[in-house]
Amino acid sequence: MLTEFGKVLLFLIVGAMFVAGGLIASWILRPNRPYPAKLSSYECGEEPVGNAWVRFNVRFYVIALIFLIFDVEVVFLFPWALVYRQLGLFAFLEMAVFLTILLIGLAYVWVKGDLDWDKPVPQIPKIERDRPAYKQQTPAEPVAV
Amino acid sequence: MTAEEIYKSLSAKFGEAIVESKLDAPQPFLVLDPKRMKEVSLFLRDDEALQFDFCSCVSGVDYNNGKLGAIYHLASMVHKHKIVLKAFCTRENPHIQSVATVWGGADWHEREAYDLLGIIFDEHPDLRRILLPYDWEGYPLRKDYKVPEFYNGMKVPY
Amino acid sequence: MGLLDQRFENSNVLVTSLEGLLNWARLSSLWQMQFGLACCAIEMMAASASNFDMMRFGVIPRATPRQTDVMIVSGTVTLKMASRIKRLYDQMAEPRYVISMGSCSNCGGPYWEHGYHVLKGVDRVIPVDVYVPGCPPRPEALLEGLMKLQEKVRKESLVKKTA
Repeated sequence: MLTEFGKVLLFLIVGAMFVAGGLIASWILRPNRPYPAKLSSYECGEEPVGNAWVRFNVRFYVIALIFLIFDVEVVFLFPWALVYRQLGLFAFLEMAVFLTILLIGLAYVWVKGDLDWDKPVPQIPKIERDRPAYKQQTPAEPVAV
Repeated sequence: MTAEEIYKSLSAKFGEAIVESKLDAPQPFLVLDPKRMKEVSLFLRDDEALQFDFCSCVSGVDYNNGKLGAIYHLASMVHKHKIVLKAFCTRENPHIQSVATVWGGADWHEREAYDLLGIIFDEHPDLRRILLPYDWEGYPLRKDYKVPEFYNGMKVPY
Repeated sequence: MGLLDQRFENSNVLVTSLEGLLNWARLSSLWQMQFGLACCAIEMMAASASNFDMMRFGVIPRATPRQTDVMIVSGTVTLKMASRIKRLYDQMAEPRYVISMGSCSNCGGPYWEHGYHVLKGVDRVIPVDVYVPGCPPRPEALLEGLMKLQEKVRKESLVKKTA
């Protein structure tokens, strides 16, 4: 009666209804009495200080970019794998060329060090003290406790 | 080293900075000039024979006759001897020179003495209240302290 | 206001059934905001541990006020902390309840006379539903306080309150 795609659509609709049903039921049942103190940002009880938007380190961007490129490559592999039987040797060689080009790109990225994860270096705070680098004398003979 | 030897080596270098001394008490102490705490402390810490490298406690006292004091308990990990230093000031002029840059342990103890008794430690790197909220008025451990009626809209007494 | 919250003028069998269901659901899963301040926190931890097991009542400790129903204030409330308690109580979502555990948060406790820095009772800043006396109260006492709160939740109503 339904095509295969139709069954997937039915699945999606029922799943969406489950989620929507739960959210709508809770919207009907819960109390909603907002006031400014309740809506303020949570900062463990203190007045919120500073911006909630934190600056991300650029190493995450590099990783995300490399992932995106190779993920698109894998997406191209999927339909090719489905019809590989019918297409024969020519398709194999063509895909091999495609993969080789991307492999060269991977080798370049690897050699350049973009796949290395730089560990963040913890900054130990410096405190000013009048401390000379004085030598520790060896203590006298041990005191009997 | 005994307390007498410590007193002798100190008074040889800083005769007039030591105001008073009591060496036969159970904890022998030396009373210092509050304006010259730092140089005496540096000598106590760095001299080879003394090497008082551990400040175990700094206590504040209100003597109830207009006099406030700070009492420093020092110990030496190397030579295993101890001494007590005292510095007095008045309630009208509660200034004592800070030794927080000499011994790290004195840092927070001096902040506590400032917070609760109002003794102002000059040249302390970060003198602010440590136990009470920053906008508290008054110094509670003084003998003439009156509990406030309200603090930020909350009733304080029972 | 939610669609059903305090909207009904008078009650009928549908409303009471719904109330019964909602109240039962709410009292069986009172998620607590872990608010241990001093010694009473140890007894609260003991009540959550295996021997007395608060979790069998559905009480899970959550760290954030947004996901909790009940704040168990256990320990001495200083004036410095009181403003934070008020802010955290404001940030809790309705329906919210407060259990005041131990003498210090009930009435100032042993610091009532000379404690210049202690708030004499957490009910000076937030509304309290159940007071659990003790210094510190035994875990069984806290569990009884929790059950008293469950009784209070069972009697909650969706009907609008008239004078």
